[in-house]
Amino acid sequence: MDQPPPVPGVELELPAALTAEIDEIVGRYPQKRSAAVMVLHALQDHLGYLTPDAMEWTAARLELQPIHIYELVTFYPMFRQRPVGNLHLKVCRTLSCALAGSHQLHAHLCRKLGLDPHGHGPQTTEDGRVTVEFVECLATCGTGPVVLANDVFHEHVTPGTADELLKQAGVSK
Amino acid sequence: MAEEHRLITKQFREAGYTPDLDCYLRHGGYDTLRRALRVTPEQLRNEVGVSGLRGRGGAGFSCGLKWSLVDRRSGKPIYLVCNADESEPGTFKDRQIIHLDPHQLIEGMILACYANDVHLAFIYIRGEFAEGARILNLALTEARAKGFLGKGILGGTYDLDIHVHRGAGAYICGEETGLLESLEGKRPYPRVKPPYYPAVLGLYQCPTIVNNVETLCAVKHVLAMGGTEYAKLGRPNNTGTRLVCLSGHVQQPGYFEIEVGAVTFRDLIFDPAFGGGLREDRTLKAIIPGGASAKVFRADEKVTLGGPGLEGAGPKRKVDVLDLPYDFTTLTAAGSMSGSGGIIVLDDSTDIVAALANLSEFFAHESCGQCTPCREGSLWMAKILRRLGSGQGRAGDADQLLHIADNIPGGRTICAFGEACSWPVQSFVGKFKAEFETKEAGV
Ligand SMILES: Cc1cc2nc3c(=O)[nH]c(=O)nc-3n(C[C@H](O)[C@H](O)[C@H](O)COP(=O)(O)O)c2cc1C
Ligand code: SF4
Ligand code: FES
Repeated sequence: MDQPPPVPGVELELPAALTAEIDEIVGRYPQKRSAAVMVLHALQDHLGYLTPDAMEWTAARLELQPIHIYELVTFYPMFRQRPVGNLHLKVCRTLSCALAGSHQLHAHLCRKLGLDPHGHGPQTTEDGRVTVEFVECLATCGTGPVVLANDVFHEHVTPGTADELLKQAGVSK
Repeated sequence: MAEEHRLITKQFREAGYTPDLDCYLRHGGYDTLRRALRVTPEQLRNEVGVSGLRGRGGAGFSCGLKWSLVDRRSGKPIYLVCNADESEPGTFKDRQIIHLDPHQLIEGMILACYANDVHLAFIYIRGEFAEGARILNLALTEARAKGFLGKGILGGTYDLDIHVHRGAGAYICGEETGLLESLEGKRPYPRVKPPYYPAVLGLYQCPTIVNNVETLCAVKHVLAMGGTEYAKLGRPNNTGTRLVCLSGHVQQPGYFEIEVGAVTFRDLIFDPAFGGGLREDRTLKAIIPGGASAKVFRADEKVTLGGPGLEGAGPKRKVDVLDLPYDFTTLTAAGSMSGSGGIIVLDDSTDIVAALANLSEFFAHESCGQCTPCREGSLWMAKILRRLGSGQGRAGDADQLLHIADNIPGGRTICAFGEACSWPVQSFVGKFKAEFETKEAGV
């Protein structure tokens, strides 16, 4: 297993289990740089979003310049530089789901939560609890509208079942 | 009556089938691997060549030919990457395989790796499939524990490990050279071909095989039944079975496994064994036959098939779109493609302009931005369609759309996304022009 190099000047408090996991991930690849996206996933899952420190830490851990990490975070849609709600709802925007009513569903959620129904990117409620986002095809087109709620797929989602989701998450009554 | 022909989906669609190793072993899992390890890699490659298997990821490239192009003399390691990026709108089969039968994919990968002298392989899975990645990791751990992976597989001399690598939400990572850049920890900018053909200069500039999830599962069945037997399924140059995904305006959307070319669009859309027909009082308007990038068919279109130069396609004749058999050759001859196997059905309630606007929005969002025609063109097309859809259309917009779409593909871009974003526009506007023109200003 390769030795984690010292990470100069970057203060990032990480639990030992997480740094061990990251060491294991980095060790899988013939070249360290390959681990970048996987390390960023691990850090984002832990921190909630990717802080400048997290990006610099990743760069140092993989012996790269910070720009090599920053250019990934700004390209890949799943990476974010600000927090999202505890409940992150990704509503599929693409054709098959649209035919099944995903745009009405997205508008319903936004109105209900006081967000802009015409908004496209991630929007978070004022209390910071829920984020609603339109995303592209989630490869579940036969059972639309599809919503990914914190990594869990929900199919055939109606405004009614979406309200249930919010209730279960303790967001609304 | 048309029916499914299940090979890949046979077991996991049975009641009580679970994705764990024990269940897979009870169903004869890894028997093919046991037998395969006793013959030489060349023999396995030969079987796959004989089977006629074509890639299920989108381009329909011959799997045997792809493997034969691998540079085996470079002295560098050979890598294999399973493309589990599944992002082509309308396609939803690979996730089903991963969730319901991960060991089938893993066995297919081990076979493909052994056949190609690969000792390290990756499954590149799209970031949104976090659950799929967990399922695969669990299955890989089980397979390692039982000696199907790792050092000295099943007591022999062959070593292999497989790792799961997650993407992070970008469609272009499905393009194989973009995928390799992404796997190297970079932005997924597709590479220029030549010289960067994966078979020669792939991952870390080493020879690399990229195959789709379903293709690798098919490899398992090819080697289980023998290439000659597999080739008896389907039609010449369109062998075996494949998964088609039906979505949109049908009664029973879902994925179905068919013998390639044995069923027609009419079967797929109307037969109770497949789509089960349209919604009540609706008529068919259009079919997107192979994922969002495939050129659309009008339901009432007649397609000219056959004539000289079309392999096995018979004499020149006019065929109803609904009577086209679903296979690679026919749909290409008909001016579109079977692509990723994703069929989106549109009935007469569909606003064609809005449907195209939706797809163009997707492509504008997903262009990686390297090539000017693709980056600017996909954005302009989406903008024009947005204004047509919101009552702001201008005179000449339909022609303007065609003009842009005609000037993106054809060698002007680094990757086939240039084609992918233009084909829907060329075909929707070309075949439903009146619907676009009525939304122009002053009409
Ligand atoms: C823009 C674009 C997106 C693609 N997306 C995918 C995808 O999501 N999954 C896939 O298997 N192949 C995808 N492909 C095709 C791959 O480049 C490659 O041809 C395929 O993975 C090869 O596997 P196969 O020969 O087994 O089909 C895409 C191609 C292009 C041009
Ligand atoms: S054609 Fe488009 S997606 Fe492909 S490399 Fe060029 S800009 Fe990127
Ligand atoms: S279109 Fe929504 S999952 Fe594919």
